[in-house]
Amino acid sequence: MNRSTILDEAARLRAELDDDFRDGIVESLYAESSRITSTTLSHRDTPARTTWDKLLDRALTHRVWGFVVMGVLLFGVFWFTIAGAAAPSGLLSTLLVEHGHGWLTRLVSPLHVPEWLTGLLLDGVYLSTAWVVAVMLPPMAIFFPLFTILEDFGYLPRVAFNLDRLFAGSGAHGKQALSMMMGYGCNAAGVTATRIIDSRRERLIAVITNNFSICNGRWPVLILMGTVFLGKLVPPAFAGLVAAGSVVTVAFLGVLVTLLVSWGLSKTVLRGETSVYSLELPPYRPPRIWWTLYTSLIDRTLKVLRRAVTMAAPAGAAIWVISNVTITETSLAGHLAALLAPLGWLMGLNGIILLAYVVAIPANEIIIPTILMLTLTLGPGLFAADSGVLLELGAAETRTVLVRAGGWTLLTAVNLMLFTLLHNPCGTTILTIWHETRSVKWTTVATLLPVGLGIVVTSLTAAVARSAGWV
Amino acid sequence: MTAADSSAGTSPACGDCVLNNVSNLRELGVSPAGHDIVAAVAGNPNTGKSTVFNALTGLRRHVGNWSGKTVDRAEGGFEYRRRRYKLVDLPGTHSLLSTSHDEDIARDFLLFGRPDTTVVVVDATRLERDLNLVLQILQITDRVVCALNLVDEAERNGLAVDSRHLARELGVPVVPMVARRGTGMTELLEAVEQVVSGAITTRGKRVQHRDNRLEQAVSRLSEQLEREFPGVANTRWIALRLLEADPRVERAVADGTLGELSTAATLAAPPGGNTT
Amino acid sequence: MSTTLDRLHRGQTATVTALELEGAERRRLMDMGLLVGTTVSVDRVSPLGDPTAYRVRGGLLVLRRGQAHQIHVALLGGDPT
Repeated sequence: MNRSTILDEAARLRAELDDDFRDGIVESLYAESSRITSTTLSHRDTPARTTWDKLLDRALTHRVWGFVVMGVLLFGVFWFTIAGAAAPSGLLSTLLVEHGHGWLTRLVSPLHVPEWLTGLLLDGVYLSTAWVVAVMLPPMAIFFPLFTILEDFGYLPRVAFNLDRLFAGSGAHGKQALSMMMGYGCNAAGVTATRIIDSRRERLIAVITNNFSICNGRWPVLILMGTVFLGKLVPPAFAGLVAAGSVVTVAFLGVLVTLLVSWGLSKTVLRGETSVYSLELPPYRPPRIWWTLYTSLIDRTLKVLRRAVTMAAPAGAAIWVISNVTITETSLAGHLAALLAPLGWLMGLNGIILLAYVVAIPANEIIIPTILMLTLTLGPGLFAADSGVLLELGAAETRTVLVRAGGWTLLTAVNLMLFTLLHNPCGTTILTIWHETRSVKWTTVATLLPVGLGIVVTSLTAAVARSAGWV
Repeated sequence: MTAADSSAGTSPACGDCVLNNVSNLRELGVSPAGHDIVAAVAGNPNTGKSTVFNALTGLRRHVGNWSGKTVDRAEGGFEYRRRRYKLVDLPGTHSLLSTSHDEDIARDFLLFGRPDTTVVVVDATRLERDLNLVLQILQITDRVVCALNLVDEAERNGLAVDSRHLARELGVPVVPMVARRGTGMTELLEAVEQVVSGAITTRGKRVQHRDNRLEQAVSRLSEQLEREFPGVANTRWIALRLLEADPRVERAVADGTLGELSTAATLAAPPGGNTT
Repeated sequence: MSTTLDRLHRGQTATVTALELEGAERRRLMDMGLLVGTTVSVDRVSPLGDPTAYRVRGGLLVLRRGQAHQIHVALLGGDPT
């Protein structure tokens, strides 16, 4: 008897069996499980499911209350994240960006290190890394534990259950609602969270559209633009309301785009690939608060932060280099911004904004300081500024700089908000997409599809605004 | 001694020697460099599988409350009674029969990774569904300890589980526990130790197929496999995979790597012998 | 009374008589414990009307209407809770 005859024998025996012999295997297993269970378990007179679980489900998946609770909980998570992160972010920024940078500069000055090296390392690498830590660490340290507590409790699968119909309509899985929510914290985390979707087609849809959930790195851009441009359109009493409203509108547009693109993908490139829908509602379990705080800090916050920092450091170096290397009396940044200017004009933006997006691919957090720095150093020289040094300005100064040195209009601000929603994922996210899909094709699609949409949408709004004579 | 009469660490006689003895457990965290024993942790999603894994290794690894969250295999280590264990957390799966990526990882590790022992975590409140996986694992390996988790939840739901009876039915030790509170951890460690040291001989339940023709086909192939690969413990399960034309198992038969599995069951004698 | 799973109302209990699903989907649902002869009851309907959570072997399994329509059941009688 040799090995190949065993395989032949298996094939022969297989042909003799009924087509549904596989069903028989599972049936035998469950028959045995059932028998063992009936002799092992004894029920007392209480119902099989606690009234507590039933009551919770009745409330959390209720026609009206289900959505009210969902709205309040999710709004609460975001509110806590944004409001709670402001103070520690400011503190970290003062500590790392202002004091830290000054302290390091004084530390190396007696060492007579060449100026280009201190510029590259301190003004470039250190400052951008410090920026990313200051902007990202506090919101993530708040968002991830809150989210994890909801997850441990067993609530998140209920959200998928409540919203599934919306996603079913666009050919996606209800669990995409959950990876989207993770995406509001960080898209890289959101892409990893798509693992909960066990069918490949729906998972790819969720990966590609996760970028339309606005992440922590992008909220500040929206909030700043909403505050300094849109809020200024109305009397001061309503400014806050209009600013917040404009940010929420963009976030809502993101949900709309997610559903539309999901639908588009499932009708075109991702059509026909079969999938299996399955979702389980686990029993509610009391969350362990302290354990959760600890594990989510170690496992999620620090991991995502480490990846972001490894991306931000080289970006900082790149910003410093392009600002300080000069060719024919103009910095490399100047040449590049001039090169991108025509496309920038078409999109209702400008060359500097596009250049900032290119160098900030690794970490979206540094978009605003990069734009400010480039505008100051490449602009008409109205303000004194060191080239290649990322800086922080208050809202009022920012507006003055952008309007006077950068020539920004309302169209620039609105289109920047739209482009913030619709552009390529950050470097960390692209890397994560590749890790998760192991496919160059889908990583490329996930990278280029949003930026393509962004170019089309901003060009359209620019054309409409110009032909209507608004700008 | 068999699992049926000892019920592992759950019997009072054995419990005495291990209770208040958690100092025997040394958590080695993430780097299980140099180990004597490889133990796998398997189970359905949402059974507290990762809580058991974390409690044993002290590795704070979070895993969410739904299926498919642990896709990558996590590893950790601990030391118990002078043996160094490498613990491998397998993805939570409902089955080892269908075609999902998670199930392939779990199945391949159980078959080809040759763990010295496998802890199967079972949710006491969903016993019937979870036993399906236990019975499948018992077709691959005998060296199993069943961690009957969430017995407090079961209690709350008005369910009483007779763990001794379950151990008799399955032919392997069954340890009732509440992993999130650490209840039953010592007993679990002791049961694992006894299976590893050979103090308990497990005789895992082998499910007979109700379809006669299938049963005959499995027996026939199984005999041939035993002749070709003497010492391979799970020929019935391999026969079943061959009937289902599982490419991974077909390859292992064709290139002879299946024969190497026969060494998996042999284990070096424990240092210092059996402590009980 | 013979019908399909999607036609059951909340609280109703039935026994599966046939699975029309094929391939991977059939296997997955069977692995999760939904087989011919299994008792199923309707636990909750999603607030948007679809999908529905069914009680199967002590767990809550969520199925979309299209899937439930392919599962034939025999009604066992209502359970008012």
